[in-house]
This record gives sequence, C-alpha cells and structure tokens, in this order.
Amino acid sequence: MNNKKARAFFMIPYLTWIILFVILPILLILWYSLTDSNNHFTLNNFVTFFRNGTFLRMMLNSFWYAFLITLVTLLVSYPAAYFLTKVKNQQIWLLLIILPTWINLLLKAYAFIGILGNNGLVNKFLQLFGIGPVNILFTDFAFMFVATYIEIPFMILPIYNAIKEINPAVIQASEDLGASKWQTFRYVLWPLSWPGVESGIQAIFIPSLSLFMLTRLIGGNRVITLGTAIEEYFMTTMNWNMGATIGVVLIVLMIIVMLVTGRRQKRKKVNL
Amino acid sequence: MKKIIWSTISILLACILLGYGAVKLNKPTTQTKRQNLIIYNWGDYLDPKLIKEFENKTGYHVVYETFDSNEAMYTKIKQGGTAYDLTIPSEYMVSKMKKANLVEPIDTKKISNFKYIDSNFLHQSFDPDNKYSIPYFWGTLGIVYNDKFVKKGSITNWNDLWKKQYHNKILLVDSARDIMGMSLASMGYSMNTTNSLRLHLAQTKLDGLGDNIKAIISDEMKMYMTQNEAAIGVTWSGEAHEMMENNSHLYYVVPNPSSNLWIDNFVIPKTAKNKKAAYEFINFMLEPKNAARNAEYVGYATPNWAAKKLLPKKVQNNKGFYPPDSTIKGLQVYRDLGSKVTQEYNDLFLEFKMYAH
Repeated sequence: MNNKKARAFFMIPYLTWIILFVILPILLILWYSLTDSNNHFTLNNFVTFFRNGTFLRMMLNSFWYAFLITLVTLLVSYPAAYFLTKVKNQQIWLLLIILPTWINLLLKAYAFIGILGNNGLVNKFLQLFGIGPVNILFTDFAFMFVATYIEIPFMILPIYNAIKEINPAVIQASEDLGASKWQTFRYVLWPLSWPGVESGIQAIFIPSLSLFMLTRLIGGNRVITLGTAIEEYFMTTMNWNMGATIGVVLIVLMIIVMLVTGRRQKRKKVNL
Repeated sequence: MKKIIWSTISILLACILLGYGAVKLNKPTTQTKRQNLIIYNWGDYLDPKLIKEFENKTGYHVVYETFDSNEAMYTKIKQGGTAYDLTIPSEYMVSKMKKANLVEPIDTKKISNFKYIDSNFLHQSFDPDNKYSIPYFWGTLGIVYNDKFVKKGSITNWNDLWKKQYHNKILLVDSARDIMGMSLASMGYSMNTTNSLRLHLAQTKLDGLGDNIKAIISDEMKMYMTQNEAAIGVTWSGEAHEMMENNSHLYYVVPNPSSNLWIDNFVIPKTAKNKKAAYEFINFMLEPKNAARNAEYVGYATPNWAAKKLLPKKVQNNKGFYPPDSTIKGLQVYRDLGSKVTQEYNDLFLEFKMYAH
C-alpha cells in the first residue's frame, strides 16, 4: 500500500508536466482549429485547408522535402554507422559525431551562410579551378545539404546502437551457411537493425515536416513548408484559428508517419 | 531510496537559491522609492544614454522592454497583465489599437516640444488630429543597390526591377504588405487598395518577377547586402542606412511612381500607470538636441524639424533619407485594412512565395 502511494507520489511531477505542456496545448490547438474568430464552432478552417490548392501543395512540399532529407540522411548514415561498429576507438569517433549537436542550430545555419556564399569557402575553392562564383546559397541543393548535415547525428546514433547489439555470431552463421554479402545484409543485418533505423527515421522525418528556420536562412524562402505557413498565420496575420488548423493537420500527419513506421517493425519481427 | 530523496532535495535547494540570487541581481535599484516608467519599444530603437540622462534629470526609474513586431506588441498589451506606460507602434497599428480601445488620448498642449514636429507627419489618416499618437521616427520603402553590379542611377522606378538583366540578383524583404504594396505601386495603384482584382493583378505581376528573385528574407538582408552577396535589395530606409554605413558601394533610392511612408509613433497604452512620467519622457525626447542625438544613434529619419537641422549636413542632404517635400507628398501611408483584407494580402503573398521559382 505504502509502496503504491509512493509510486503515485512520484508520478505527480510527470503527470503535471504532461498535462500542462503536452495535453493542454494540443487541446488548445484543437479548440482554435474548430472555432472562428468569434469563438463559434465551425469546420470551415479545415474546408479551407483542403479546398485551397496552396495548402495542399505546401503539404506535398513539406512531405517531399522531409522524405528527401530522411532518405539522404539514411543513405549516408547507415554505412557510416556500420563502419563505426568496426573501427577502433569507437568512443572518440562517436564523440566527433555528437560534437556538432552541442552547437546551436542557428549558429550552424549562419556558419553555412558563410561557407556557401558568393565569397564563401566553397566558391573560393572552385575559383582555383577557374569556375566563377556559383550561386549555391538559396538553392534546393543548399537547403537539402544543410538539413542533412544537421540531422545526420540523430540517424547515426540509433543505427549504431542497433547494429552494436546484433550478436556477431549471427552474421558469421549467415556467412557460414553460404549467404552472399548482399543476402547477409538483406536478410540478417537490415531486419535486425531496423529498430534503430525506425527511430532514426522518426527522429528526422517528423521534425523535418515543419522546418521553417532553415527554409528561410538557407533556402531564402524559396522552399515553403507548412512550418512557414504556421509562423505566418500566428505571427503576421494573427489568424490563430487557421494557424492552429495547419498545426492539427501536421500533428495528424506525424501520427500517421509513426503508425506506418511502427507497423512495419512488427511485420519484420514475424518474418524472422 | 534515501539517496535519491536527498539528492533531489539538494538539487531543488540549489535551484531555489540560484533563482533567488538571479532575481536579487536583476533588480538592484527598484528598492528605492523612485517611481517607475515602463517603456515598451522595438529593439535598439532608443539611445540608452538618453534614458540615463532622463533618469538623472527627473528621478524616475526607467524600465525598458523590447518587442520585435507590431503584432507581438499588440498581443501582449491586449492580453493584459502588463503595465507599460509608453510604446511605439507603426501607423497601421495605431489605428488598430485605437479600434480595440487600447490607447489613451494624449493632450499635445501639455507637451511643449510638440511644436518641433514637421507638419508633413501630422494629421495623417491613421490619427487625423494626433489625439493618440506623436511621430517618433519615419522612413520609406525603397531599393538599395550595389554599384559594383548595377550602374549608379540606373534604378529609379519600381518597374526597373523587372528587367531581365537582374536575373537572380534581387533580395526582397519578407513582408506581405510591403512587397504586395511595391507591386501595386509599380502599376500606379494605391498601396492601400482593397480591390480584390487589383490585388490578384499585383500577385500576377510579382510572379513575373520570380526569376529575378534571389531570396525573400528579413534581418539577414543587412548581412548579405553588406558583404556584396546580392546586387539589389528591397527594404526600409533605416535598414538601408545601416547597410550603407558598412559598405560604401551601396545606394538607396525611393523609386517612382510612389512608395510607402511609414511612421512609428509614441502612444500611451491603456495599461499605463504613470502617465505623467510618459508625458515628461515624450517631451524630453522631442527636445531638438535629444531628438538629434537619438536620430544619430538609431539611424532613422526624425520627424523633428529642429533636430534635423542639428544633424550633419551630409545626412540632412541625403535625398534617400530626407526626400524633398514634393516626394514626401506623393508617398502613401499604410492604413489598417481590417483582418479580412490583411489576410488576403498575406495569402496572395504566401502563394507568390510558393510559386516564386
């Protein structure tokens, strides 16, 4: 009995936190999205959202860029994480990968402005070969590159941990039984490391959906995502109802992404 | 178990002590019996030395808080719980605050230095009798360009921006009202139009600018223009002033046929607790000597004609910052268009940004 009471007591801070900073805000957003500026109940905000081509295109845009960022990050991170499990001095390598995440995102963005600009390092280097200043900043490429750079540590770490947990004997067994390198990867390594990949994807895809600081600083507002729209509706036009509606759509999208990635994990486990 | 409890308690104690210390350090002076004057202003928009002088002269204690957009300021004052005695909204926000009943009338007879305000900036549509607001600084929307990439004097009209030779060279300020207004002005329409057809036309014309646009950004434009990163920027005169101080290749023009004239104003919000101090402060800031010093510090144009005469000749004669009266007469002041039309401006601008490339 006493133990139970103590447990309930320790739950209080956690519960207060969740209620105050997670559940209440979500309910508030829902409330705003379902009312108009006179506090009357309405579904009009959602009707506007799905009827207006601009929002739908913005949604597709967000999805497309988040997908690309996640894909490129995964392609870079998976081999990196794999080789990381094989090298000596893993702790130092890990530290080197984690180190950039200690630096503020805004500072990193500004650093990239300096590197990619017309008089930046990259263009100075290109000029050595007689290639005139190339416009790199404010392109899709620059945006993708910087976003990927920033997300890579969050992909490498979970994959590294997942691969590390795989018993080497399993890999050896697969080789002993005549599986080719590709087959070992496809049927042993990849499924066993999937939980890491999954949490990496969730850690990157979901925040990427609403990136708006990078789209402005590096993308020069030429890449527009739902995050940009939310900022505009809350800060400039103060149409909180529509801003909240976009927020609700974004939350629903994120839940769908989590469900989809989560389900696949179960199926893979059955296959084993 | 005991260990956990003890360490939790000690961490909590340390936090409380540190917090108490921080609070103590933050307000070393309010313990005295001096009255407070709470000013809510844009960041870096007032010479701090003048505040010190005002404190020494009158004995008030000035609390200075800052905001970064008219909307943020409006929301904070409307929500209540604040006690600001003085704030500085732009013109369209003055009429919005007036409509929302958030501002106190100001009796200009009680402000002896009011006579120094240039009549060009009085009796504007947002406050026809200056019953609620007194001009603080003013400026224009215009084009800043770099003579390394653009021949000096070759940009005089908004329509020059649409020329093919400026492919991927233009930075636009990320503000719906200003960029839509620019497009409207280039066609000779009013920058305050509520005509939906004209607004759509303006958006179509902006779409045609697409290939010339390098980026649509806000504060970062200063850095890019100063570092010769872009040839042309559409921005406000005060911003341009700061860029030009750091790069001698830059020039600022107020383009034909018309542009925006903006005015930031002193207003006393309804939340004010110390109106007397607010009056004294406004009067102190309108003192020509002080207004001139403040204008030199901030870099925007002062509406105080006596103060303008005290500024260096180079600044006074700079037509970009103090355009001749004939130009000022042709400039347009933004009106508060109501939330519906404002939304339309912003939606069209957002659409333009989406399809800009």
